[in-house]
Amino acid sequence: MSGATRQVYDDIRALEYRYARLLDDDQLEEWPNLFVERGVYKVIPRENLSRQPALPIMFCDSRAMMQDRVRSLREANVYNLHYSRHVVSNVEILSARDDTYEVAACYTVYQTDLEGQTRLFSVGQYRDVIANGDGDLKFREKIAVCDTFNIPNLLAIPL
Amino acid sequence: MLREAPVIPWPSRDGSRVPFEVFTRADVFAREQEAIFRGPVWNYVALEAEIPQPNDFKTTFVGDTPIIVSRAEDGSLHAFLNRCAHRGATVQRQASGNARQHKCVYHQWCYNSQGDLVGVPYRRAVAGMGGYSADFAPKDHGLTKLRVASRKGVIFATFHPDTVALEEYLDEPLLAAIDRLFSRPIKVLGHMRQRVRGNWKLYSENTRDPYHAALLHGFHATFGLYRTNQRRVGGSDRARAHSTGATYGDDWRQAAQSGNIGQDKFVANYSLADPSLLEGRPDFNDGVTVSITSIFPCLVIQQIMNTLATRHIRPKAADEFELYWTYFGYEDDDEQMIACRLKQANLIGPAGLISMEDSEAIELIQRAIVRDGHENSFLEFGGLHADLGKDRVGEATIRAFWRYYAGLMGLSPAGGEA
Ligand code: FES
Ligand SMILES: [Fe+2]
Repeated sequence: MSGATRQVYDDIRALEYRYARLLDDDQLEEWPNLFVERGVYKVIPRENLSRQPALPIMFCDSRAMMQDRVRSLREANVYNLHYSRHVVSNVEILSARDDTYEVAACYTVYQTDLEGQTRLFSVGQYRDVIANGDGDLKFREKIAVCDTFNIPNLLAIPL
Repeated sequence: MLREAPVIPWPSRDGSRVPFEVFTRADVFAREQEAIFRGPVWNYVALEAEIPQPNDFKTTFVGDTPIIVSRAEDGSLHAFLNRCAHRGATVQRQASGNARQHKCVYHQWCYNSQGDLVGVPYRRAVAGMGGYSADFAPKDHGLTKLRVASRKGVIFATFHPDTVALEEYLDEPLLAAIDRLFSRPIKVLGHMRQRVRGNWKLYSENTRDPYHAALLHGFHATFGLYRTNQRRVGGSDRARAHSTGATYGDDWRQAAQSGNIGQDKFVANYSLADPSLLEGRPDFNDGVTVSITSIFPCLVIQQIMNTLATRHIRPKAADEFELYWTYFGYEDDDEQMIACRLKQANLIGPAGLISMEDSEAIELIQRAIVRDGHENSFLEFGGLHADLGKDRVGEATIRAFWRYYAGLMGLSPAGGEA
């Protein structure tokens, strides 16, 4: 576990689970608060990794920008009506230095439509940088790399 | 050579009525592959900037047919079927790359970067076994080639022997639209893809419909990025297959004015908590902030602020297409410009703040037209005029698309005069 304590690992896992639950419970307004003020969130199609900087399809580099995204989803955008379910697994701490952790995890996102039909929407990997400030873990960076880079219909709720 | 045209009642010569079954029927889709995608049209296939070096290649599609676009040793451009001339296997399995030869894994027939057959294992019998007869001529067994033409690095291909020259096909002002966006060398930044459960022509309609932007795309109207009272000029080729429209911006971030369609979407004092999203600097000094160019049958070229992209419509079945975005900037972009293009990528693509609605609108149609195929969509908004230059708020450009489509498909009203 790269020098991180059992406690840190549990806390990181709890952060990942909370992230997933807030999105699935439609508490989108809470989602930016899991990031530091100047936190970075990106969704990158896997096929774009061969070019640097990789082209993202969603990209926020501040909490304010994430709030704008949420507000746009609430007030401006029209997207497919659905429930989402984020499943986070294989959480692994890759490095630990100065209360900063590089974390890799797998995500799976299912979407269920209003007739109760579920389909696999996206699978991929989270590449996170998680910082510990005042005993409170927050994402400094969260990059969702989509194996499913051919997005079914559209992507509205963050991965 | 063409198979029998499917019987579709075609209710109106002016394109103002379109029967739903053209979006749902498998036989219509099959006919389109021959009459349209393999017909006398130029299909967009790739950008030269995606295959800059000798032996660079990219796999793509013309209609639903897999092809390879390639730059040969001598720099010339080629396109050929990605289907082995032996027994039909996919030859090149990578999305893109650099290869002097394309070798089929099945029995290792080997083709060069122009699609010619250059190697066949055991071509001469070994100990009396296998082999081909003495008159086997490799030149007769190459990959089927398409004709290729490039305009300013935008590559098109055609199957049809009679397709007119690319310049004639595109015509003014489409040539001018391409020349403007590709006036200096571009740099590909990446791709975006989405799978839409809808018919490809619903997307053709969507991009020939300037007024839906203010109604469907809330972000646009909310932030004044697009207002129907902004100055817009539109144009089309003589055949009216294509369309191009340019919208002049004053200030990108200026709030919407009264007298707009979509005005109700404007929330007073609404502003971005982080306005860096819309920061950029003009790529052109002509004042155009949005330009959308739709080239029949499968290409859209867009500039929305600093977002530049081609969108390749790749039909997969009557009720499904892929939308494949190639996002680019210019070779002389500085770091700041690249950063702002990456940030503005938020606006477009499958998660685009101003584009995510399009595929949803298309899926909403496809889901509802499962039955009553003889019933029609209704295209009379803005009146039945045919002045595409004045089609800022109207459906004349969509009607023109359908007239061109009907011509290629051999569709006309029953008992109609010629
Ligand atoms: S199918 Fe390609 S070599 Fe046989
Ligand atoms: Fe649109």
